[in-house]
Amino acid sequence: MADENKTSIDLNNLKAGGFIKERGRDLFTVRLRVPGGRMTVPRLKKIAEVAERFGGEFVHLSMRQSIELVNINFRDFDAVVAELGDGEQRVASCGARVRVPTACGGCEYNPNGLVDTQKAALEVDEKLFGTPTGHHKFKVGFAGCPFDCPKSATNDVGFQGAIWPELSKEECISCGLCAKSCTEGAIAMGDDGKPVFSADKCIYCGDCIKVCPTEAWKTGKIGYTVRIGGKWGRHPLVGTLFATFVPEERVVEFISVVLAWYKEKADGSGRVRIGDIIIKEGPDSLLSRLRPRFPEYVVEKTIAPQVISTQVGA
Amino acid sequence: MHTVDLRGVSCPTNFVKAKLALEMLDEGAVVEFLLDDGEPVKNVPRSLKGEGHKLIGLKEADGHYVLTIEKVGE
Repeated sequence: MADENKTSIDLNNLKAGGFIKERGRDLFTVRLRVPGGRMTVPRLKKIAEVAERFGGEFVHLSMRQSIELVNINFRDFDAVVAELGDGEQRVASCGARVRVPTACGGCEYNPNGLVDTQKAALEVDEKLFGTPTGHHKFKVGFAGCPFDCPKSATNDVGFQGAIWPELSKEECISCGLCAKSCTEGAIAMGDDGKPVFSADKCIYCGDCIKVCPTEAWKTGKIGYTVRIGGKWGRHPLVGTLFATFVPEERVVEFISVVLAWYKEKADGSGRVRIGDIIIKEGPDSLLSRLRPRFPEYVVEKTIAPQVISTQVGA
Repeated sequence: MHTVDLRGVSCPTNFVKAKLALEMLDEGAVVEFLLDDGEPVKNVPRSLKGEGHKLIGLKEADGHYVLTIEKVGE
């Protein structure tokens, strides 16, 4: 690292901008901004051209759906950014900021998707990406259904698509498919040959609505189940339930309120993720901050983020 | 009534076979499909409905399902 003094580049600023120092002298990884993992084919081509010209023999697909160009010489930064800019591909971030949101494919072509996670990820990326938290990184992820491929509860704020089913008895032909399909045991066929719904067992997957051949099961409510306080890394936490059926169009507003609480409550705690702040402050503190703005969605009570034992260390 | 036995045929082949069978019929014709329990009965009725056909009935019978469909469209 003897060369560092000879350059005028501030490595910390570079890191914040998505340029990550590599082992080799003068070389950096450039992390690209790919919200929701969706990449148009022309952009992919452009990235391939830039990687071929300035990068190493391969690119790396990051854990959060971005493409990382490797072995970029810092002298080429301006050229790389300019070249990528032609195809409107921007560079991502690192550090104590709101990161690029992740998302599953969503509902446009995936038959499991209940909500438009791609739209939500793009909106969060546009409005909140790069916002400094003052404390630590802040990750947001969107899953379109309770299969939860994106592992939403391992994000600082994780969203999971949800549907509340309602039955129109007149349209039911008593085929029993909904009861058979409900893996949660929330539907049983009653004596009158019609389904009986046990609301407390429902996880909002919408399988009954999808399987119903006559559309007797309908969408009563749709939105996101929200879990807060998750993270992975050295000391993993699983986020816990703070709200249900948050409307898709209020996602950014919801995250903003959580962020404001985090900024305030983590003050003086150093580099600490929101999950640990919730454990310290108690989940009621965040619930009561959210409730006035989202009274119909915030749950009555919840538990602190759940510690996952790694069984190594103290 | 025309009956198409799709028992023992897995997804999505059963759906494609049902689609081909419906192509041979005139609009308004009613056909019965015999479907296995499990994935076939969960998927095929929904997919045929998605194609615009009219679902008349779905009943369980001796370990399989009988799906009654009325053809809609050409």
